[in-house]
Amino acid sequence: MTTTQNVTKSTEKAMRPPRRLAFITRLAATLWANWKSRLGLIILACFIFVAIFAPLLAPYGASQDGFERNADASAAHWFGTTAAGEDVLSQLIYGSQISVSVGFIAGLLSTIVAIVIGLSWGYIRGFGADVINFIVNLFLVIPGLPLMIVIAAYLQNGGLVMIVAVIVITGWAWGARVLRAQTQTLRSRDFVTAARFSGEPAWRIVFKEILPNMTSIIAGGFFGAATSAILAEAGLEFLGLGDSSIVSWGTILYWAQNSNALLTGQWILLFAPGLCIALLALSLTLINFGVDAISNPRLREGKSR
Amino acid sequence: MAFVLRKIGLFLLTLWAAVTLNFLLPRMMPGSPTDAAIAKLAQNGPVTDATRKAIEAQLGVPDGNIFEQYLGYLHQVITLDFGVSYTFYPQSVSEMIWQAFPYTVILVGFVTIIAFVLGTLIGVLTAWKRNTWLDALPTLTGSFASTFPYFWTALLLLFFAGYVFHLFPTSGAFGPTASPAMTWEFFVDVLYHAALPALTILITSLGGWIIGMRNAMINTLGDDYVTFAEANGLKGRTVAIRYAARNAILPNLTGFGLALGGVVGGSVLVEQVFGYPGIGYLLFNAVIGQDYPLMQALFLMITVSVLIANFLVDIMYGVLDPRTRR
Repeated sequence: MTTTQNVTKSTEKAMRPPRRLAFITRLAATLWANWKSRLGLIILACFIFVAIFAPLLAPYGASQDGFERNADASAAHWFGTTAAGEDVLSQLIYGSQISVSVGFIAGLLSTIVAIVIGLSWGYIRGFGADVINFIVNLFLVIPGLPLMIVIAAYLQNGGLVMIVAVIVITGWAWGARVLRAQTQTLRSRDFVTAARFSGEPAWRIVFKEILPNMTSIIAGGFFGAATSAILAEAGLEFLGLGDSSIVSWGTILYWAQNSNALLTGQWILLFAPGLCIALLALSLTLINFGVDAISNPRLREGKSR
Repeated sequence: MAFVLRKIGLFLLTLWAAVTLNFLLPRMMPGSPTDAAIAKLAQNGPVTDATRKAIEAQLGVPDGNIFEQYLGYLHQVITLDFGVSYTFYPQSVSEMIWQAFPYTVILVGFVTIIAFVLGTLIGVLTAWKRNTWLDALPTLTGSFASTFPYFWTALLLLFFAGYVFHLFPTSGAFGPTASPAMTWEFFVDVLYHAALPALTILITSLGGWIIGMRNAMINTLGDDYVTFAEANGLKGRTVAIRYAARNAILPNLTGFGLALGGVVGGSVLVEQVFGYPGIGYLLFNAVIGQDYPLMQALFLMITVSVLIANFLVDIMYGVLDPRTRR
């Protein structure tokens, strides 16, 4: 009796469909094999580490002031102090929390909007598809940053929630277009036809049959959206359109410009926050090189001529 | 011909949608932009009825008939009468925009064309010399530079080239002694002042063109006709330029219109840092001064310009690639 039970158990194990999240480990392994995306993953991991352990790593509080103003680099303040007498290094470390979380949340939300719109748009035909086509193209050509600036100007000091919302409103269209193109090519495949004939509802065909075939494109869209979200957030903060009382890389630069750091010659104050933004954005771009190579095999195997 | 007509129809429809979005935007916002704008204007002296009407047409009346407002707004857009700016009182909004417009068009237009040509050429080289240092160096530096925030590159260039080494002027579009005229001296002075803003945009936008062209070119290099051309013993350069690059440039061109929107957005940040008196700097000042009429008109202007540029690229694409005309 016990043996039969054991047998059924092991067959059950073998028969069980692949784990839902297995594609993430597979994606990570493929990315790790590519040196560009490996470098990107390492840089990204460093930033996430700093963001999580910021209170332990930072020598002082984020907006702890009272130190000497506009001081140059010293043993006590490695990167000097700001015009308000705050420690620049501590501000940089705490600033990573804002950029990492805004990039992640805004990137995730735009990707979800892009998936829902892009996949339904690719699957349906006829007038509805034309209408969505028109709306997506409109959002693609309207310059994103000016639109963000205008919305942010009306919602005086909306803070991070406002910034994330504005980024999502203006940032989903590109991903939707890429996903739609892929959906259109998958729509006429046999497995989709089979699913349709077996009577599956349209939403199930789109999100259970077609969606799992596009993980690499979705991942690419997510990293791209996160990159532009990080840059947009920093840009809005730099213009003083966000909440300028929080400590982020964008607001450090905003205060640096407003307190004439250009004239006092504190180049670290100008250099360091921008470099952090650039490195974080670079890490995502590098990861995307690996993702591109998964979706487009011609980019993978190649040699010089 | 049918292709051009269809494109024109689509363009007009998009234009209408963008103009309407500009109408709806202030009306969807919490609070009353109209009251804020009139209160702000009242600080400069009594508000005339005509000015009040112009602002109401643009920003909305809380309890007015929305269709009447829309007609009034369309009339305003067609006659380009956007009322008085209160950040630059008593100049009209249209005057302010016309003064700033040429600077941005020339700055963004020239730099984007230069970046496109240069980036495409480098992209061809990187794809051809794939996996050598000639590929890795431009690809990596290009993609690193394209992640630089516009305002950061601008601040660093301004700090080092402007304040530390005094190579270039630190703000403005022409020197304090120059008088705007069609003379050679003035032209050189304007170029000298535009150098740093232009360099900032070039540094940030070049990488995208390199990567785009590289990927498109790698795709065409995998096609059979390229292999066939090589098998026929054609010279490497002929295959690279006349066979592969010629076909790869088309997909890269589609990106042109869309990239323009990004560059125009970036120019807002660049112009703010350099105090360059273009559309972006004006938009920044309008936002800081809560000058909603000016801001709204500027956003309309920016959107329409980008739409027109995209329309022209679309038409050009149809001329270059007959397949898209169907």
